[in-house]
Amino acid sequence: MAQTVGKRVLPGFGLSLGYTLVYLSLIVLIPLSAVFINAASMQWSEFWQVVSSPQVVASYRVSFLTSLLAALINSFFGLLLAWSLVRYNFFGKRLVDALIDLPFALPTAVAGITLSALYAKNGWIGSLFAPLGIKLAFTPLGILIALTFIGLPFVVRTIQPVLQELSLEFEEAAATLGASRWQAFSRVVLPALLPAMLTGFALAFARAVGEYGSVIFIAGNVPMVSEITPLLIITRLEQFDVAGATAIATVMLIVSFSLLLIINGLQHWASNRKRYLTGEDLA
Amino acid sequence: MSGMVGGIQAYQGADIYELSPATREPKWARYTILGLSLAFFAIFLLMPLLAVFVEALRKGWDVYWQAITHPDTGAAIRLTLLAAAIAIPLNLVFGVAAAWCISKFEFRGKQLLITLIDLPFSVSPVVAGLVYVLVFGAHGWFGEWLSEHNIKIIFAVPGIVLATIFVTFPFVARELIPLMQAQGTDAEEAAVSLGASGWQTFWRVTLPSIKWGLLYGVILCNARAMGEFGAVSVVSGHLRGQTTTLPLHVEILYNEYQFAAAFAVASLLALLALVTLGIKLFIEWRSA
Repeated sequence: MAQTVGKRVLPGFGLSLGYTLVYLSLIVLIPLSAVFINAASMQWSEFWQVVSSPQVVASYRVSFLTSLLAALINSFFGLLLAWSLVRYNFFGKRLVDALIDLPFALPTAVAGITLSALYAKNGWIGSLFAPLGIKLAFTPLGILIALTFIGLPFVVRTIQPVLQELSLEFEEAAATLGASRWQAFSRVVLPALLPAMLTGFALAFARAVGEYGSVIFIAGNVPMVSEITPLLIITRLEQFDVAGATAIATVMLIVSFSLLLIINGLQHWASNRKRYLTGEDLA
Repeated sequence: MSGMVGGIQAYQGADIYELSPATREPKWARYTILGLSLAFFAIFLLMPLLAVFVEALRKGWDVYWQAITHPDTGAAIRLTLLAAAIAIPLNLVFGVAAAWCISKFEFRGKQLLITLIDLPFSVSPVVAGLVYVLVFGAHGWFGEWLSEHNIKIIFAVPGIVLATIFVTFPFVARELIPLMQAQGTDAEEAAVSLGASGWQTFWRVTLPSIKWGLLYGVILCNARAMGEFGAVSVVSGHLRGQTTTLPLHVEILYNEYQFAAAFAVASLLALLALVTLGIKLFIEWRSA
């Protein structure tokens, strides 16, 4: 009843929705549709030749594998960091909590040149590995490092609020029933955090797949070895091969949209789980 | 109350967990977890932040000062500020309009609309730049018409502004939507039934209650607008002193092996990031 009254009482529905739809169409939907419309005007064989050429396929492999590994590393350390921030008191906690968002705030180009300076063979970290014969910057490992930097806040910031609102009673009940601390964690806490962890993982992965600025400075950009897919779009554009760039962009957009759908599903699951575990359903 | 303003979490002591034996880890486990997470934090976040400033000052203050007062840097700063000054107000007005219709009314396809608003976040910045090349570039949809009328969008300032608007599109909306949904419509309905006009209701009732969330969205939008690299790189054309924003200027200097100068300009952007995080902390403290 309140909703129907609200609909009639509050003004501005037509204006705000109309403006939202027009602006969304002009800035996002119509320009994005250009990729698909232009791709559709290509011959299928021509399209397929671009997106299945060895150099492009090698870039899918590099982008996919480094993004996957980076998201996995972030899931592990992101969980540890979220756990430390919620469950422990330690010196400098506020600083750590604030700086978790640094990768969101620091421009990607700055991250890129700084990470390559740190991990180059004469850099602070690179020089520790150089004597062992391990090259970090300008190899696929460099890409992994940049993507790990970029993705960390996604995982921490998805797990942290869930952990904070997780009712203590579950762990207390587990302890009362004789569970060890590890059992309580692995059988009670971890399942509760799982939707949030998967969401964070997917968000970090999705961001990593499309990332450009932080990667190109540290990647070395060796064809077939350390070229990421977004770089190939830029390369095609620099050669005035707009059709080739569009074909690769179509593949990337399809991947992005699929990830967006998966993330939406995960977030839906996570919010249902959270409502259940924090007892909001009972209230 | 966590989640009150989008991603903001209220700071909370960990005492309740440390006091109860049911939620307290053995000492060794606790120190391992803390040690690993703080080591990861130091290597992946703290060190890069310090390294920007160390590299920037490696050749001394003179070189640093020369780099940041160079005319090309000045031009890059002006263009960066211009792009942000256009993108932020547009996305701010959009964010408020979108949050108003989504949070105060029921309609079909609302969930789809929310998803579509988030779309720019899931698109690679490079693709974001490319779409404007397809629409406004020399061989794009409007390419011929634009060149007949002598209007340049791609490889010119308008393209940079458009790309910036695209990548910062969702920031304000996605902060305001959950916030205004949580607040409901009671206050506004009361104001309207007491005779307030729509605008009066918005300015006097809604706006005061969303101001921190709004500010939060704006500073995130600003950080991304000033720091965007991939999307503007595609549409910029890299004309020195004309179509280079600060991040693109960093790239040019770096590719010319002027490392100290590149890091000096980068340190300006790192300072911007620190200011952003500082304001974020302030907002969290005020709205907690």
